[in-house]
Formats: sequence, C-alpha cells, structure tokens
Amino acid sequence: MIAAAEKIAGPEIDWAGLSPLIAVFAGALVVLMLGLVVSRTARETFVPGLSIVTLLVAIGLSISQWGKRQDLVAGALRLDELTLVLTILFCIAGIATVLLSWRHLAPREAAHGEYHALLLTSIAGMIVLVAAQNLVSVFLGLELLSIPLYVLCATEMRRASSLESGLKYLVVGSLGSATLLYGMAFLYGATGATDFAQIASALGGDGDLVSDPLLLTGIALTLVGLAFKASVAPFHQWTPDVYEGAPTPITAFMAVATKAAAFGIMLRLLDVALIDAAIDWAPPLAVLAAITIIVGNVGALGQSSLKRLLAYSSVAQAGYMLAGVVVANRLGLQATVFYIAVYLVMNLAAFAVIVARERETPLGDDIASLNGIGATRPLLAWPMTISMLALAGFPATAGFVGKFYLIEASVDGDYTWLAVFIVVGSMISLAYYLKVIAAMWMTPSASEAGGAVAAPAPLPGGETPALAGGSDEATGLRAQGEVVAVAVVFGALTLILGIVPSPLFDVMRDVGAALGLL
Amino acid sequence: MTLHLSIMLWLPLAFGVIGLFAPPRLAGRIALAGTGLALAYAITYVVDYDSGAAGLQYVTDETWIGELGISYKLGIDGLNLLLVALTAILWFACTLWANLREVERSRLFYFHMAFAETAVLGALLAQDLALFTVFFDLMLVPFFFLTGMWGGARRVQATMKLVIYTLVGSLLMLTAAVATGVLAAEGDLPLSFAFSDLAQRPLGESSQQWIFLFFAAAFLVKMPAFPLHGWMPDGYRTMPLPALAVFSGVLSKVAAYGFLRVCLPLFPDASEQFQMLLLLIALASILYGSAMAFTTTEARLILGYSSVAQLGFITLGIFALNEQGAQGALLQAFNHGLVVAPAFFIVALLAARAGGSQDIRDMGGLGMRAPALASLFLIVAFATLAMPGSANFVGEFYILLGVFTEKIVIAIVASAGVVMAAFYTLRLFITAMHNRTGARVETREMTFREGLVLVPLVLLIIAIALYPQFGLKRSEKTVSAVTAPVTEQQNAAEQPERVDALGVAAPEIEAVPAP
Repeated sequence: MIAAAEKIAGPEIDWAGLSPLIAVFAGALVVLMLGLVVSRTARETFVPGLSIVTLLVAIGLSISQWGKRQDLVAGALRLDELTLVLTILFCIAGIATVLLSWRHLAPREAAHGEYHALLLTSIAGMIVLVAAQNLVSVFLGLELLSIPLYVLCATEMRRASSLESGLKYLVVGSLGSATLLYGMAFLYGATGATDFAQIASALGGDGDLVSDPLLLTGIALTLVGLAFKASVAPFHQWTPDVYEGAPTPITAFMAVATKAAAFGIMLRLLDVALIDAAIDWAPPLAVLAAITIIVGNVGALGQSSLKRLLAYSSVAQAGYMLAGVVVANRLGLQATVFYIAVYLVMNLAAFAVIVARERETPLGDDIASLNGIGATRPLLAWPMTISMLALAGFPATAGFVGKFYLIEASVDGDYTWLAVFIVVGSMISLAYYLKVIAAMWMTPSASEAGGAVAAPAPLPGGETPALAGGSDEATGLRAQGEVVAVAVVFGALTLILGIVPSPLFDVMRDVGAALGLL
Repeated sequence: MTLHLSIMLWLPLAFGVIGLFAPPRLAGRIALAGTGLALAYAITYVVDYDSGAAGLQYVTDETWIGELGISYKLGIDGLNLLLVALTAILWFACTLWANLREVERSRLFYFHMAFAETAVLGALLAQDLALFTVFFDLMLVPFFFLTGMWGGARRVQATMKLVIYTLVGSLLMLTAAVATGVLAAEGDLPLSFAFSDLAQRPLGESSQQWIFLFFAAAFLVKMPAFPLHGWMPDGYRTMPLPALAVFSGVLSKVAAYGFLRVCLPLFPDASEQFQMLLLLIALASILYGSAMAFTTTEARLILGYSSVAQLGFITLGIFALNEQGAQGALLQAFNHGLVVAPAFFIVALLAARAGGSQDIRDMGGLGMRAPALASLFLIVAFATLAMPGSANFVGEFYILLGVFTEKIVIAIVASAGVVMAAFYTLRLFITAMHNRTGARVETREMTFREGLVLVPLVLLIIAIALYPQFGLKRSEKTVSAVTAPVTEQQNAAEQPERVDALGVAAPEIEAVPAP
C-alpha cells in the first residue's frame, strides 16, 4: 500500500514558486467565508480590505520570486519573469478594481463575499493562464478566468443591461473557448504533444510539419479562440456591448487584466511553442493586427458612451499590441509586455474618472458627464486628460514610449507597413480622444449652462432632486476619495512612466531574457 | 561654460507650473518672469556664441531611454541660435501682451503658454532625432488647449482640425524617425538617434525616399504649405492673439528648421531627388498665398496667407540646396517671425478700434489720428514686403540668388512673389490706415501699454535691418556644413557642369550688398 502510494506520488511541487497563486486562492476562500459575517460594516470594509491585502501579498511574493526560471507542477506551469510581471499587473488591476467598487452598487447587490471571491478567482485564473506551458493548463486557466467574469458582468442584478452583458459574454466566451479547445486538439494531433517544449521540438525536428494541414488548422482555430478573448477584430463584436453593460469597475478590470492575460498566453504559445511555425501564423496575424487597428479606431469615432468608446479603443490598442506579437523576436516581446503595462496604467486612470462621474452626475457614462470638469473637478480632469493623450500616443506620456517601442520593434522585424498602420490608427484615434478632452475643458458644464444638458442625456438634468441635482457641487455629490485617488495615482504614473521609463525597461529586459528569444 | 541649455529649456515650464498653484492674478507675472529669464539666457547665448566654430556649442548629452537609443542631447549651432532667440523674444512679448490684459482662467492660460515655449525650445535645441520628434509633437498639446479654451467663435472645431491636420504629419514623422534610427543601426552598431551618429550612417536610397517624404509631409503641414494648409484659415481666425502671434511667428519656422536640421544632412540623396517637387510646392505656396492675401478681407487671414507665401520663400531657399539659399532661408525665418508677430499685434489693435471687426473694410482712416501706430505699422509693412534696406530684403535676395544658380525659371517666377507681397501688404496698410474712416472706427492713438510690446519689437526690426550680418555671421559656418552632403551629392552626380556653376556662384557670396 505504502509502496503503491510512493509509486504514484504526485509531482515535485515548488511551493515557493506557486506562492503568489496560492495566496490569491487562499484569499478568495477567506473572503468568501468572511462574506457570511452578519455585521454589514464588517462585510463592507473587511471583505474588500482583505482582498486588497491578499493582492498586495501576492505582489510581494511575486517580487520575492523574481529571477527564478523553472517549471512548476511537472511542467504544467512555468515560473519566469513573464509570469511574474503579468501577475503583478493583474494584482494591480485587481486592487484598482476593488477600490473602484468599494462603495459601488454591484458588490452590494451580489453580496460582498461572492463578488470579491469571484474577482480573486478570476485573477488566479489569469495567473494560471499566463504561466501555462501545457495546452491543458492553458484551457484550465482560461476557464478559471472567464467563468467568474461571466458572473461578475451580471452582478448589477436589477439592471437589465448588466444581465444582458453577462449573458452575451457567456455565449461569446464559450464559443471562443470551444474554438480554442478544438484548435488545441488539432495541435495535439499534429505534434503529438500538449507540452509547449515538446511541441516546439516536434516542430523543430520535422521541417515538413510546418505545412501540415492539421497543424495549420490547429493554429488557426487556437488563434481565433484567443482572438475572442483579446477582442481582436473581427472577433471583437461582443466587446462594446459587454463593456457597456457590465458594472464599470468590472469593465475596467476586463479591459486591462483580461486583455493582458490573453496577450500573455499568446506570447508564450506563439513565441515558445510555435516559434518554428512563425511563417504560418505571423503573416495572417499581421493582417489581423492591421484590421483590428482600423476597425477599433473607426468604431470609436461616433460613440457618445465613454465605456463604448473605451471598448473600441481597447480593440484598437489590442491591434497595436498584436503588432508586437507578430514580430516574433525579443524586441517584439518586450515591446508588447511594455505596452500591456502602460495600457493598464492609462486605462485605469480613465475608468476611475468614469466611475467618479457616474456617481457625481445623472448622466451615467455619457461623454456629457465630463462637460466642464476642467474648471470644477481638476483632480479628475487632469488624469483623464493625461490618459487620453497617452492613449492617443502623445509624447511625455507612457503611451508615447509604448508606441515608440512597438514601432521600433515592427520596423526592426521588417514589418514597417504595420508600423505605418499603427500611426494611421493613432491619427484616426485623435478624433475621439480629443473629443473627450474638449468636453472636459472646452464645453461648459451642465450646471454652468443653466441646468440644460448639451448632449443627449438619459435623464433630464437639473430637475430631479438629490441624485440629479442640477449642480453636482450644490448637492455635494462627490465621488469618494478612493476613486479620485485611483484616478490621480494612475494619471500621475502615466506621466511619470512617460518621462522616466527606464525602470520599466529594466523589468522588460528580464522578461525578454526569460523566453530565450533572439 | 556653465550655461546649461536645460535651464533655459525648462525655466518657462517650471514657472508655468508654479503659476498653476499661485493666486490667479499672480499667474501672469510668474509666467512673465519665466519667459523673461529664458530671454535673458537666450541673449547670453547669442552674445557668447562663437561664430568661428561650426559644430555644436553648450552641448548637453545624457542618455534618456537607453533601451530605445534615445539620448537627451541639446546643443546650439548656427542653425538654431537665431530661432532660439526669436522664440524667447516672441514669447516674452506675447506673455507681456497678455499680462497687460485680462485673461480668463489665467493660471491655465499661462501654464499652457509656458508649456508651449518649453516645447518649442526643446524642438529647436534637440540634437537627437527622437527627442526632436518628442518636442515637435508636444508643441501641439498646449496650442490645442490655447485655441480650444480661449479662442473665438467655433473654437473647438477649429482646434480639432488644427491638431488632427498637423498631427497626421507628425505621426508619419514618428514612424520615419524610428525607421531612420533602426535602419541606420545595421550590423553591430548600437541604436542611436543622435544627429551626429545618424549623419555618419547614411541610409540606402530607397529607404531615404519614403522617409524623406514622411518628414516633408510633417513639415509642410506645419508650415503650412499650399496644398496642405487646410487647417490654417479656421485656426488663424479663432486662435487667441498671443497664441497666434507665437504660432505664426515661431512654429512654422520650426518646420523650416526641420528641413535644414533633419532632411538635408540625413537624406541628401532624397533631398536631391525631390528637389524639384519641393521647389514646385514652394512656388505654388508663394503664388497661392499671395493671391489669397490679396483677395481676402479678413486682416488675420491676410497675414496668414502672407505667411504661407513667406514660408514658400523659405522652402524655396532651403531646396535651392546650396549655401546661399539656406542662409537666406534661415535669415528670412528669423525676419518673418520678428515681423509677423507685431503685425498680428497691430491688427488686434486695429480690430479693437474697429468695433471688434477683423475685416479690413470696417477699418480705415486711422492714420491721421494715430500717427505713432501708423508709423509702426508702416515699418512693419515695409519689412514684410521686403523693401530694400530691410533685413527681409537681404533674406529674399539670398534665397533668390540661391535658386537662380540652380533653377533659373523657378527663380524668375518666384520673383513675381516679391512684387505681389508689395501689393497685398500695402493694400492692408492703406485700407486700414488711410481711406475713408470706417463707420464704427474710433480713432484713438496707441496707448503706452500697447506701445510697450510693439515699440521694442519694431526697434529690433530696424536694428536687424541695419545690421543683418549679425545673424548671417553666426549661421554661416553651420549652414555650409549642413548643405555640404547635398552639394557633394550634386557634384558627384553631375561633375562637369557643376564645377563651373559653383565657380561662378562662389564670388557672389561676397558680392551681396550690405545695406
């Protein structure tokens, strides 16, 4: 008996290497239990508080593991700088999300324990996903990240659009997962392995395999599956609706973290497992990147809902990042991860401002909710301005450095035409990013304009008392400190990383070395 | 030397930021102090500059983003010295002008003005292609706000048009700049964007071509040159006056400067190849700008279109691709900036007397009652139309001389532009100052406060007219170094004829009349 147990003994597990993941899982469980406490104040402060502590611990543990490069759990997961840097990014996004939803409607309706436990589980799924180096763990991570998100989208249970958003995400997400699974089956069929290293050696060993129809089908379907998650055109149609309907903190989380996770696994799958088949996937992916850039930017042009606008903008930004993936070398990898990081910073600032204005005005996420805040709410207007300029790629912001890096990688990888697409996209994007800035600084606010709301508004401003007081200053309706703090911190970070990007570059150098590309 | 360029560069912005946190009524004074100090620095550089040396002076060279090969390299040479001085002078004048008036939301206004000065100085001082691109794009941000927040009617549309139009060019330039650095760093060479490194790593001819065209697009839009000037009328109509004066006076010159700094030395093959195209664009700008300036009745637009024509002359000089042309272009860039800013101030004073109308048909009859204003305007007008004796005359003379040795026909057609300039400038002067007094015109003389900005600028115009060598002497060495790669190119290409032509041209440099 004992001998048998020894024979089937589980794989060697490096607990230290797994510690960030374990911390997040443990945090999720504790938070779920704590949500059952009767005292309302305990639920409303301890649960989010503990979630933040969990994520901070995970960040600390990730930093302590920095520099390690090893396989975990019998090669199912890989611990390296790519995993760690993305883990840290997910945790930062998670902390911002918890802060933004601290006094939001969604966790109150869905119960605090569940809401935060789902959020933490989703983060755990992301960590598994980007660490995966086996097709099976890819799928495991993807589902672990997606299923909690389907629920989180629908947490504002009394709002039909939130439920619609959740359902839509579930249907489209499942379709994406199914396609991915199908594709992975083909990959296994062609190469006879699920392990990334073995797939790579199978491809490297047999030159004819690269043109094997089985492999081509597998790559195509896998990419389509991942494209759904990363909202790459033409698989992006769900993005605006889901982003618009979901509670805004969750939208922010999806926009930055889900995208980062999808690109993380894309980098690992393509640049490690399928690197020798680059000739198969790089050209079509380059075309997809170009289409995504154009579709996203053109789609954002006519939007009056800020969340939809940022949804389309996120599609466009996915196109920019895809350009870095296409250039399958070290520079491309570093540029992509760099852009993921700055994209997270820029977008969190913007979403924090949207959350703040949703609470301060009755206009929801309409662009008119920003009218005139340059004069009345400078602490929100400056971060939003910086964020918009950064997303458009203006210099002295992190967005510029990121774009510069991506263009450099594209030119270096002989994809100059893709670099031109990036700047053409940026040109189109100016029209809508500047529209947001113009609303903040150059349009009088609703209260200044005598209570009349300039742009089409879902609610008549200036008449309904309390929530819809004509002047938000008069009623003292102000976004809570933590929301403003998120906006200010990430706005400042956008500017700082644009002027002093060197620390981030040092991190990226380690990431680039981790995957062993040229 | 401890004259750090960084101090001059960042002073205005630092004061602007301080002003942001000061009481609103002090913001203007703080910004004025910032630009004043920058001006003092600029004057020190002009005086201290060693015109015998060709290379960069007061160099600051630090690594900014090592990974991307971007260095924070600043320096002054003959190309940018005068333009830096022009920037500092005009910004000081415009800040002073704004200080003598009420400005709404003054803290933000002066912050954006100061930010703009730093950005423009940065673009002029940058000795690294990537850094140049950074500042070149950055220049637009404060003007977006200045136009959109303090502009006249339809300001938001106008500012969107302005920014999108000009940034389209700038973004193309960004790609081109990155490509220049990456393609130049072939083999084991480390990535670098410093002009000095790039100049030693010539690009292949085919990459030079598209990169040159991308840069040219950016610069021509910013100028603006004829087919790409669509943003100009709306922008000029609505921009607040202090911003307009510096925009027209300096920003367009940064574009011209870009040709000299980037295109000629780094892409000599392509410059040679597209010489004719650029000359034709310049010629079209001269003719179109002059014709429009002659027909429009809005005073601001007359100056706007005359700038299109003047920038046409400057482009013409640059793409003569020889020393005289480039010298003339540089001198003319300085002159035009110095002339157009007071012209805008005067037009604003006229508009204030004509019941706020910018239309020259509403003006008139001011000359008798306001002789001081009229004489200042006359001096400015004469300088604009390049009256012999003015520095503008010397500039245009050099430009035409440069073109004449290259393409005679173009030089002859361009000379017509000189004549046309006399037409539209005198038309503006006569309708505004003489003729019948307009219905709503109050004929009052210039006040002391109004003169405070105008008189020193006009005195400076006179001083430069008396002693144009002041500028020419300082730019001579650098200009010949900058045009050298192209002229070498030409010599190599058409050996037999060129030697002769240059032999004729050389003595003419000395023969230029010193007025």
